[in-house]
Parts: sequence; structure tokens; C-alpha cells
Amino acid sequence: MIEVHKLAKRFGLKTVLRGLDFQVAPGEFVAILGPNGAGKTTFLRILASLSRPTFGEVRVAGYQLPKQAAAVRSRLGVVTHQPLLYGDLTAEENLRFYGRMYAVPDLDCRISDVLELVGLSARRRDLVRTFSRGMQQRLAIGRAVLHDPEVMLFDEPHTGLDQDACDMLDGLLRNVAGRGRTVVMTSHDLARVEDLATRFDVLSRGVIAASKPRSGLGKRNLLDFYRKALAG
Amino acid sequence: MRSQPKGLTFMTILSGLLFLGALWMVFVYAPLEAVMNYVQKIFYFHIANAWVGMLGFMAAAVAGIVYLVKKDMKWDIVELAAVEISLVFFSITIASGSIWAKPSWGTWWTWDARLTTAAILEMIYLAYLLLRQGIEDPEQRARFGAVYTLIGSLSVPITFFSIRIWQTIHPAVIGAGSSSAVGSFGMTPKMLATMFYCLGTFSVIFVTLLWYRIRLGVLAERVEQIKLQVME
Amino acid sequence: MERESTAYFKAIGAIVWKDLAAELRSRELLSAMLVFAMLVILIFNFAIELQPSLRATITPGVLWVTFAFAGTLGLNRSMAIEKDRGCLDGLLLAPVDRSAIYFGKALSNLAFMLIVELIVLPVYSLLYNTNLFNPGLLLTILLGSIGYVAVGTLLASMAVQTRTRDVLLPILLFPVILPILMAAVKTSGGFLQSAPMETIWPWLNILIVYDVIFTAVAFMLYDSVVEE
Repeated sequence: MIEVHKLAKRFGLKTVLRGLDFQVAPGEFVAILGPNGAGKTTFLRILASLSRPTFGEVRVAGYQLPKQAAAVRSRLGVVTHQPLLYGDLTAEENLRFYGRMYAVPDLDCRISDVLELVGLSARRRDLVRTFSRGMQQRLAIGRAVLHDPEVMLFDEPHTGLDQDACDMLDGLLRNVAGRGRTVVMTSHDLARVEDLATRFDVLSRGVIAASKPRSGLGKRNLLDFYRKALAG
Repeated sequence: MRSQPKGLTFMTILSGLLFLGALWMVFVYAPLEAVMNYVQKIFYFHIANAWVGMLGFMAAAVAGIVYLVKKDMKWDIVELAAVEISLVFFSITIASGSIWAKPSWGTWWTWDARLTTAAILEMIYLAYLLLRQGIEDPEQRARFGAVYTLIGSLSVPITFFSIRIWQTIHPAVIGAGSSSAVGSFGMTPKMLATMFYCLGTFSVIFVTLLWYRIRLGVLAERVEQIKLQVME
Repeated sequence: MERESTAYFKAIGAIVWKDLAAELRSRELLSAMLVFAMLVILIFNFAIELQPSLRATITPGVLWVTFAFAGTLGLNRSMAIEKDRGCLDGLLLAPVDRSAIYFGKALSNLAFMLIVELIVLPVYSLLYNTNLFNPGLLLTILLGSIGYVAVGTLLASMAVQTRTRDVLLPILLFPVILPILMAAVKTSGGFLQSAPMETIWPWLNILIVYDVIFTAVAFMLYDSVVEE
């Protein structure tokens, strides 16, 4: 589903990603771990077609980035740090806007379904400005699944959420991922990610330093695996 | 590129010699103009400076377009160099124009098309430099610089013609009746020769300065690169 | 192919609708622009003696200076909304050509500017007892605003991504829209004084030419300004 070959990204003279290789099969849920500044967000932005690679090949859902970016975008759902929602519009209006931008068919129906999915049906007519961060994040996920994408990218979605909100988010993530979607999520919160992902990759010094599927890992070992990958 | 390339040294010496030649031509060879005597001699340098300004303007515009097409950073350095040179030479043009205007028409400034357009161009250059200053990422800086250069180079000719039309309806109220400062005295063949010689000399000076400035830019980038390597 | 073009126009429509709907609720942008415009006119009243005899010649200038300055507020705010909550990424993620974003934003910016202008005109008319309901004048305002917004949207998209933000936009914009200002002032003045069409025509021409050139150029360059 996702194939990355020798990806390099430079900002001026600063190299953030150096010759990164990465593969994701359809249906996998990959968690990318790494310290701050490792390049996780940069990597995700490239996969999301928001940033161009300096070198290397990137293919998502069979299409090449950046050449075939438009085709990729219609199959991609992205949730970043920021909710990408307009505060002065209601939840419903936000979804309606994005629905139109993605030319989602049967929009009214879809909006209701999505609001149901993220548990915000009761607040559909409320301004997003009045939502808590947790609610905004849930609506953001709703926005991301509106057009039923095959691939979903999450950039540290638990940031700024309290315990309850995180739990609710996890439930939603499982739901969303469980429909055969391919998911890539970056995180620096190992505990959260442990129960969600099917595979763990560690991004360190601009490359994927280590990768291990869930089956190859016991409960305590994720932290060890992570530490070892960073040290090595 | 450790030491100065031979071509550049040659150009520098050539520029120096040609300039000395120009001084001789202007002060010795060219005849004294009947009405304005020595003040008129500033005209040769005024025109030559304006000419260099124009060369810089066109070079910047071309460099901008080439950068947007090729995305090669070298063209960004050329563009910046051209803008800086043009900025300086138009400043001298405006200053020399003022020095000429005062004894000739009793005023430091005339709102004629050429002078006003030169002033507007200076503002655009300063805006360009301010724009670049506010951007961290070199690639974004180059992109935005090129876009603004393009917009500016399209707008300035239109501005020039607009002022021309404005002038014919409202000729400059103060002093000079015509928008063409050149036509205020007839030029003998010797004067023409001097003028063209100066234009040629200053063209050579332009190329030399451009070369120096581009070299400076490339070397500066090399320094940045080495700095980064040392820090890592 | 056909579905692509409808998606394109749908996206433009969605952006315009979104901006207008959000503005209707908060009214931040319009109120800021209107108050500012009124203040500028007020300042002009004290800065320049608007004697009745001079009014005819000065009115176009005062109006266009007001519009130019109030316009930058609108442009800045409009792009800042997208940048601040990262919503620009949301727009960039949509599977439509980037130029659709340009046209969407430019159209909503145009709408806001026209709304402000259409409110300022009657107020000015009342304050200075000048009749500004002249179809020629209205046409000029439309054409001038189009050119202003065409370039302004592009430059605002750039300015909002720099450190100096709000301050930078007028510095970038004003030297480049001088032809519009000149042409708009001349055309407005011509229409207000019922001058013969031959005198107005060259300026009207400049307005139209500028609008066409810069809309086309800005549309082509927009990609370079939002891509990373």
C-alpha cells in the first residue's frame, strides 16, 4: 500500500531524512516511534503529499508522489496536530465543507453517519470553537474518514488530550482501523500505541532504525526495543 | 573555487581601465554643453547608471523565471545579486538625477515617468529584500523571491506607461515640461560617442559586479554547509 | 474530464461558501474593515481640507486610498484564518488543483471588499453631500477591486508564511498595484465628472488589461506559493 525507497528530505542545508526505506502492506497498522525532532512529522507530511521529497521514491495506494498527488489525496485521510477545523462553523458545516471539497456522494447521509461514528451527533449544530480539544480531535477524525479513504495517517493524535479523551480516541481509532484500512501513526507515547498497532517502527537519525511486528514483541519489550533501536 | 578565477580578475582590471577611459572621455573629450556646462556631464553617468539598473532588473526577472522552471538554487543567487546591484545603481541614478535637476530646473525632484518609476522600483526591491529576510527555509525564500520578482517585473512596465499617460494630461507642474530629460539639449557626435562609451563601460562593470556577488553568494552557502557538517 | 471540472468548481464554491458563512457568524473581518475605512475617511477630513470646490477632484483619491488600506486588513485576516489553525493543510489535502484554492480565496476576498466598498459609498455621499451613485463609478470599483484582490490574494498567501506577516503585505502589495490605483482614480474621477468617454477609455483599458494579466499570472504562480 505504501512503498518508500531511499527517501531523503532536506530543508536548505539541513538533512532531516536520509535514505529512508519503508513498506506497509494493506490493512497494517504501523506505529512510527521516535524522539522529538527525529523527522516523524516531516515523514508523515511527505506521505500526506503536503511536502515534496528531495530524493527518493514514494508510492501510496499505487500512485507516485509527488507526480500523481491528486490521485493519492482522494484515497488519503490525514489527522495532524492541528484539527484543521474552522472554529466559526458548526461541526456539521465543517463536515459539509470538506465533503464538498472531496466531492463526497450522498453527503447529508454521510455526515450523519460520521457524526454518529465519532459520537458528536448531539453537538452537530454547535460551533467548533466551543469544543474541547478532545472533541475537536474526534471531529477531525470524522473529517478524515468522510470520503472513506483507504489509507489513514495520524500525526501524534493523542497530543494535548486527557485520559478520558485518549480512551475515547483509542476506541475510535480501533473502529476506524478495523475496516481494513491501512494506518500509519506517529507517536512518542509508547503505552498508548502498544495496544493499537500491528507493527512498530523506530525512526532515528533520519532513517527507520528498527522495525518489529506485534507478534515478535512481549508487553515489557516495547520499551526495550525502542531504547535499543535508538542506541544502536 | 578557492581563489579568484582568472576571468574575474581580468574583468576587474578591464572594468577599472574602461572606467578611467570613461572619466577621460567625459571630462576631456566631450565638449562643454552650451547652457549647463559642467553640470551636464553628470548626464553621462546618470544614463549609464540607469542602464545598469535596467540590466539588473531584466537579469533578475529572467533569473526568477528560470528558477521557477528549473528549481536550481544557483538562479536564486543570480536573482538576488541582480536585485542588489540594480537597487544600488538606481539609487545612484536617482541621486545623480536630483543633482542635475536642481541647477537645471530649480527643483530636486520631478514627478516624471522615468524617475518616479525608478523610485517605485526601489520600493519593490526593498520589499523583496524584506520578504526574503522574513523566511527561514532557503527553498521557500527562493520560491517566494522568484514569484515576487515576476509580479514586480510585470507591474513596473505597466506603471511606467500609466505615469506617462498621466503626465501628458497633467504635465509635471514644477519645472521640467517634458517627461524626457534627455531631449532638453541636442547632442553632438562627440557627446553621443561619450554616452555610448559610458554605457559600454558600465555594462562591463555590471557583469563584473554580478560575477563578484554571485561568487559571494555561492561561497557563503559553502560556509553554511561546512558549518553544518562541523556541528553534526 | 467532465467530473473533474465540476469537482473543481464545486471546490471553489465550497471555499467561498465557507468564508462567507464563517464571516456571517463572527463578523470580525467586515467590522474591522468597515471601522478602519471610516477612520481613514475621518482622518482625511482633518488632514485635507475637503472644500466643496475641491471635492470633485479629491473624492476618487480619498476613496481609493481608503479601499487600498482597508483591503489589506481583509486580505491579511482572510489568509491568517487558514494559516493559524493549520487549515491551509486541510485545503491542500483536498484532491483538487491548487488553483481552486486561489480562486476560492480570491472570490471571497473580492466579496468582502465589495461589501465594504458598497457600504462606504453611501456613507461618504452623506458626509460630503456628493452623489456617488454613478454606474461608471460602480464599474470602476468592481474592476479595481478585482485587480487588487487578484494580486493581493497571492501576495497575502506569501506574507502570511513569513515572520513579519501583517506588516509585510502592504509593503509587498502597494508598489505593485499602483497601476490599478492610478487607473481607478482617473476612471472614477472621469465618471464622476461626466467627462467624455475618450478621456476615460485609456484608463479603463489599463484596468482591464491589468486585471486580465494579473489574474492569469497569479493563478499560475499560486502553486509555487503554497507547495512545500
